Amino acid sequence: MRTPLKLADAHPGPAFPVTLDGREIEALPGQTVAAALWAAGVTSWRTTRGEGRPRGVFCGIGVCFDCLVTVNDRPNQRACLVPLHPGDAIRTQEGTGHDD
Amino acid sequence: MVGAACALYTARAGLDVILVDRGPVAGGTTGAGEGNILVSDKEPGPELDLALLSGRLWGELAREFGAAVEYEAKGGVVVASSPDGLAALERFAEEQRAAGVVAEPVADDALYDLEAHLAPGLPGGVHYPQDCQVMPALAAAHLARASGTRLFTGRTVTDVLRTPDGAVRGVRTDKGDIHTPAIVNAAGTWGGELAALAGVRLPVLPRRGFVLVTEPLPRLVRHKVYAADYVADVASDSAALQTSPVVEGTAAGPILIGASRERVGFDRTFSLPVVRALAAGATRLFPFLADVHAMRAYLGFRPYLPDHLPAIGPDPRVPGLYHACGHEGAGIGLATGTGHLIARALTAKTPDLDPTPFRPDRFAEEAV
Amino acid sequence: MTDLAVIGAGPAGLAAALAAAARGVRVAIVDSATEAGGQFYRQPASGLRSRRPQALHHQWRTWERLRDGLAGSGARFAVQFLTEHHVWSVERDSDGFTVHALLGPEQRESVAVRADAVLLATGGYERVLPFPGWTLPGVVTAGGAQAMLKGGLVVPGRTAVVAGTGPLLLPVATGLAAAGVEVAALVEAAGPKDLVRHGRALVGKLPEGAGYAARLLRHRVRLLSRHTVVRAHGDDRLTGVTVAALDTRGRVRPGTERYLPCDTLAVGHGMLPHTDLAETLGCRLDGLTVAVDDEQRTDVPGVWAAGESTGIGGAALALAEGHIAGRSIAARLRGSEPDPAQWASAAKARTRLRKSAAALDAAYPPPAHWSDQVTDDTLVCRCEEVTAGAVREAVDELGAGDVRTVKLLTRAGMGWCQGRVCGPAVAGLAGCELTPSRRPFARPVPLGVLARQHDMATEKGTS
Repeated sequence: MRTPLKLADAHPGPAFPVTLDGREIEALPGQTVAAALWAAGVTSWRTTRGEGRPRGVFCGIGVCFDCLVTVNDRPNQRACLVPLHPGDAIRTQEGTGHDD
Repeated sequence: MVGAACALYTARAGLDVILVDRGPVAGGTTGAGEGNILVSDKEPGPELDLALLSGRLWGELAREFGAAVEYEAKGGVVVASSPDGLAALERFAEEQRAAGVVAEPVADDALYDLEAHLAPGLPGGVHYPQDCQVMPALAAAHLARASGTRLFTGRTVTDVLRTPDGAVRGVRTDKGDIHTPAIVNAAGTWGGELAALAGVRLPVLPRRGFVLVTEPLPRLVRHKVYAADYVADVASDSAALQTSPVVEGTAAGPILIGASRERVGFDRTFSLPVVRALAAGATRLFPFLADVHAMRAYLGFRPYLPDHLPAIGPDPRVPGLYHACGHEGAGIGLATGTGHLIARALTAKTPDLDPTPFRPDRFAEEAV
Repeated sequence: MTDLAVIGAGPAGLAAALAAAARGVRVAIVDSATEAGGQFYRQPASGLRSRRPQALHHQWRTWERLRDGLAGSGARFAVQFLTEHHVWSVERDSDGFTVHALLGPEQRESVAVRADAVLLATGGYERVLPFPGWTLPGVVTAGGAQAMLKGGLVVPGRTAVVAGTGPLLLPVATGLAAAGVEVAALVEAAGPKDLVRHGRALVGKLPEGAGYAARLLRHRVRLLSRHTVVRAHGDDRLTGVTVAALDTRGRVRPGTERYLPCDTLAVGHGMLPHTDLAETLGCRLDGLTVAVDDEQRTDVPGVWAAGESTGIGGAALALAEGHIAGRSIAARLRGSEPDPAQWASAAKARTRLRKSAAALDAAYPPPAHWSDQVTDDTLVCRCEEVTAGAVREAVDELGAGDVRTVKLLTRAGMGWCQGRVCGPAVAGLAGCELTPSRRPFARPVPLGVLARQHDMATEKGTS
């Protein structure tokens, strides 16, 4: 089966664990939050503050701010821009991302 | 905003009204304002009387328009930074109370009951429950629509048409003449130019202000909160830059941060030093804001008259010409009272307030 | 203090930096990404250790030349490359320019880079027009799908439809297919005749056109030209799309709707330039793009612009413009008049490529009647969740006739993205031209950063 990693003949270092809402998932060195979540089959990680609708990556280049996520307790990070490090805690976020 | 309010009150007084704007609805200072309906920043005198009347009228309109214009009777909190400042603020509040303002002193702990996220160690302040807010562009659009008047946007007045004996008979616009026996000059910061078309002088000058807007937040700032020095800045005549922090949450989520004042003409250049000063003031009042993002900043031009009072009412120099402009930073709040005064003047009825201090020809004797 | 700050490390910025550095200019390139390349030459993250990144790219040789140049061959001063610098403002004063940039993924600290001249090579981003269901997870921009593939070596799902209009769709479809995604269809609003009509100007612009066709065939990607996506389906994520044929005037032909199951929709309707920094500096804009002269100078002394910000035209045009800008800057900073004869071949390429860009623009217009498909309950502003119905009410009932007034009355464009995404749709629904918005902050800035009167000390090595 073709995969992006095979296509680019990538040989990343060993995957490391991060958490999504406390659940462990794996990330590859260099991957952004969005890339790791896609690789884990996750396509949405926040809900909107009006209608509570799910959102994930849209523009993929940091322009649209649809992929906002909380990383290590800092809300409203763009998942498509932020690289992961071992042990990072990703949290899905609701509304403004700030506690009421 | 003032034009829309004049349209509403005059139409409801039974007049046939046409609303003309060279831009879109709320395209001037209205669209760049915060929507203040304030009594807290006004010293006893004619402007405070107009503000109290206007506040009552806004309260009536709120029952009619309510959420559509995002009316919020949230109240204002003026914060002192030192014990001396607090004493001065309390003296000011006492004078306001004598003039009919509800002004409640709040000492240290009570301040944090009102606004939990204020910087620690502040000596106290004054709570003004009558201070309110609307979303100004929505308010202007809804009042204009509710007035039932014909709305001509994108139409520029190029001349004021007058009879041989000098009375108003209409306006010339870039899209044809409009004939009318009365004109209300609600051109805001550009009111002086319109007055000039009618051959009279009205010294309206722009006083630039910036507003910073944050990312959407939960309701962390509940009132309009500002530092006591804001009142002094509002009343000042200085041309130099003045900033004093004004911080308030909005129904929509973002926090609005003002207020700067500069007399730099109609310069629309963005100024990083000014917005830096606004951010510094706001984070001093509310330290949590340091981690909150500013998403945008915008500027507007307050219509400023030399004595800080608006020009409202008939211009004795040109029969049929009425002015309703020059409200400086208070045009949204004072719009309703202004509309009321204009409607009363046009129908020759007694207004709820003595309009004499707002006479448009009060600057006539001054040298140009 | 550096001589020249280049903002953006895509083809235009790199070409300019290399041309200027080769002529003795001290250059600092400032870019938000971790690697050079911009969007077109976006590189896999270094940690992924890709041995064949060229499999994701076109015109790889050109990239190798740029990359090697950046690595330090041929210049008297090495080009300083400041990665993960998110520029939020460029300030002009009597002594030159201060580029303010937030640092790293955290973006909590700001640094100031001082320079005598600035080149804006800020690139572009994708225009997407709304349709019912476009906010569902699984719907991504075509460029976004490509960026995630090139940079993160990931794909969004198993079965994709690639849709919209424009020359980007072909490489996105073949790229996804090569990476193992089943591409159920490439849905292109333009018809084959539109491309033929502009064929002459497009020769040279699409040298790989035939190659793409072959690759589409090889990956069994069905090309549905003169078709559009009318609705994306799904509850909490995308499960399929309805596509329909368009008539010659761009209207959906009734009865031609069909359902295509998919978990990914990569969609785009052309590109828009980033002009926020230029606008705030006071540079004259020509429509949506930064106006430049033959030397790529804006009308603000000391500010040059090149690449997509001066007009969408692709990587080759960006290279030519960047090269010219770099040579002009090198001469002007020395106080001498540049000799355009020295960049004659780049100028010739620029003329030819601008012509073909204009032809592409004409061949791939946004679907003429896209707004017919936008139901009143469709969100237009994704950030503030403003529906098409609310925008229409502001226009029809409240007298809004332009994007700014619609924004004031509905909040469309007031959210995190500041109207970058919804601007074209709002303009379309309001029946007016899209005009550039004023965005004094090119990206959100923490108030704490603004409040500090002085940024952190100027970058080491630039003083």
